[in-house]
Amino acid sequence: MNVATPAHTTNFLLSVEGLTVSFDGFKAVDDLSFYVDPDEIRVIIGPNGAGKTTVLDLICGRTRASGGSVRFKGAELLTMREDQIVHAGVGRKFQNPSIYEDLTVFENLELSFPRGWSVFGALAFKRAPDVVDRIGEVAETIFLADLLGEKAGLLSHGQKQWLEIGMLLIQDPELMMLDEPVAGMSVAERKKTAELLNRIIAGRSMIIIEHDMGFVKDIAHKVTVLHQGKILSEGSMEKVQADPRVVEVYLGH
Amino acid sequence: MKTPAHAPEQKLFTPAELVGFVILATVIFIVLPASVDAFRLNLFGKYLTYAFVAVGLVLCWGAGGILSLGQGVFFGLGGYCMAMFLKLEASSPENTAIQSTPGIPDFMDWNQVTALPWWWEPFNSFAFTLFAVIAVPTAFAFIIGVAMFTRRVGGVYFAIITQAIAAILTILIIGQQGYTGGVNGMTDLRTLLGWDIRTDSAKTALYFVSGALLFVCLFIAQWVRKGKVGRLLVAIRDQEDRVRFSGYDVANFKIFVFCLGAAFAAVGGAMFTLQVGFMSPTIIGIVPSIMMVIFCAVGGRLSILGAVYGALLVNWAQTVFSELFPQLWQFAMGGLFIAVVMLFPMGLAGLYDSHVKPRLARLVREMRVLKGLPPEPARPARATGAAPAE
Repeated sequence: MNVATPAHTTNFLLSVEGLTVSFDGFKAVDDLSFYVDPDEIRVIIGPNGAGKTTVLDLICGRTRASGGSVRFKGAELLTMREDQIVHAGVGRKFQNPSIYEDLTVFENLELSFPRGWSVFGALAFKRAPDVVDRIGEVAETIFLADLLGEKAGLLSHGQKQWLEIGMLLIQDPELMMLDEPVAGMSVAERKKTAELLNRIIAGRSMIIIEHDMGFVKDIAHKVTVLHQGKILSEGSMEKVQADPRVVEVYLGH
Repeated sequence: MKTPAHAPEQKLFTPAELVGFVILATVIFIVLPASVDAFRLNLFGKYLTYAFVAVGLVLCWGAGGILSLGQGVFFGLGGYCMAMFLKLEASSPENTAIQSTPGIPDFMDWNQVTALPWWWEPFNSFAFTLFAVIAVPTAFAFIIGVAMFTRRVGGVYFAIITQAIAAILTILIIGQQGYTGGVNGMTDLRTLLGWDIRTDSAKTALYFVSGALLFVCLFIAQWVRKGKVGRLLVAIRDQEDRVRFSGYDVANFKIFVFCLGAAFAAVGGAMFTLQVGFMSPTIIGIVPSIMMVIFCAVGGRLSILGAVYGALLVNWAQTVFSELFPQLWQFAMGGLFIAVVMLFPMGLAGLYDSHVKPRLARLVREMRVLKGLPPEPARPARATGAAPAE
């Protein structure tokens, strides 16, 4: 799309370079660089306070970086507004399920459908058959097809997590960022979620923050270990697990 | 692809809402005109003008979570635009022959203003005035909205700033006496395009115009609430961040609903001027602005119909209390508001939903049994037993 991209970014979907943010002098993320390939599932792990969630916040525009660059398909994200980053093709799921509790599952998905983003677009928005079909399709994928009429606030914790994944899915982002998608889920729900993620990976990349090592092993193509805002280790799960520094600060505990 | 069962038809009204609209229309257009004299009906016409503001607040505050304590500003701007036209019509050179500068409003003459200021000139035109009644307050709301919402000022801070704007506007109007009529406001308004608005018949006609315009606003409000924008406002109220990350520029939607609320208030203000015959800073300052929020709270901030009843009831109670207990009425009003906040925070509409509606439903069932009709078909059972989606 963008022909004038620098050579070093062309092969990656997302290139994070020298990303830094400090809160009152404390560097939560410190000169961080990493690259995500198309169709890659990247998992970020690390101890509490390592800056994992902050990295996602920086990429999706929720927190403003103090320095560095985040390029997505060659476009700089750091200067964009949150909604523009979404339009560029980056979706974000939060750690606590963040859904519209007063609306039904159907309405939650409908609001996430990528149409009618402007005020007048929204005023003119119609519940067209293609919208309804797509919502049905996504609801099927996230195991909520029978609950479309239910108020989202009445769903179980696991179902809320799925709903939020579905809200991302319906946007069809090229990069999906999930913050602890299986936190608080039962073993059976975790299995289903891993299945779900493996099913929706086609044609997109993911960055996932997760603590559950079994789950990470199941899905990760590549693992990045963060510690104190810096990359401690990066590579395949086996390589990371064998790294003595990782064992020291994270896995050993 | 199978079509999911829960893609409800997007109808403008549910049957219950339609009944609510019809009942309100009956009250406003039949019951009140038939049961009170012209003087009281004119009072109710005045109360109706506040209902415009309350309906706008249901959209802003109830649906969108934007609490404005400065709706009096928009009510007042709409009212002043109308008052300027009426004042110019009342200030014909013949009527003002005794002034040192005939043909300009009396308060200008008293304040040694010798020519009509340029920004008064367009208000000689009725068409321009009708346009300005809505455009001026809406444009002002747009400026405030852009300044506040794109900077993500919200909640209590927004409420305080709107309150401050109400104070500033009042001070400005009082200070610019020669151009605005100062603290007395614009009084002695007589005719609208030659039609004497001080007569009982004119006031009754204006009452019906207010009622009709109120219903126009109610329909617009209903349409917005039932559409995607209405659901987005609820979403913004509950999970503003999530809405941003679903690709919406939240500020634009807040600006839109704030402007819509301002436009409603402005229409109410213009009708106030027509029915009451004057407009003054005391109608639009801090206290009236807070009262407007109270109308909305008493009626129920989630219900546009409730807000209309709230405006009518609170104002009516205020009039009755003040006639019966001139020294005590403000305490009575204060007590009423405390009772609302403590005992039924969702207002009259909330009381209706929790007490009247279930009984009505039971009554309907019993009637069916008495008439030997089969009971209503049971709703499909749900795992959680929750009410079905609207």
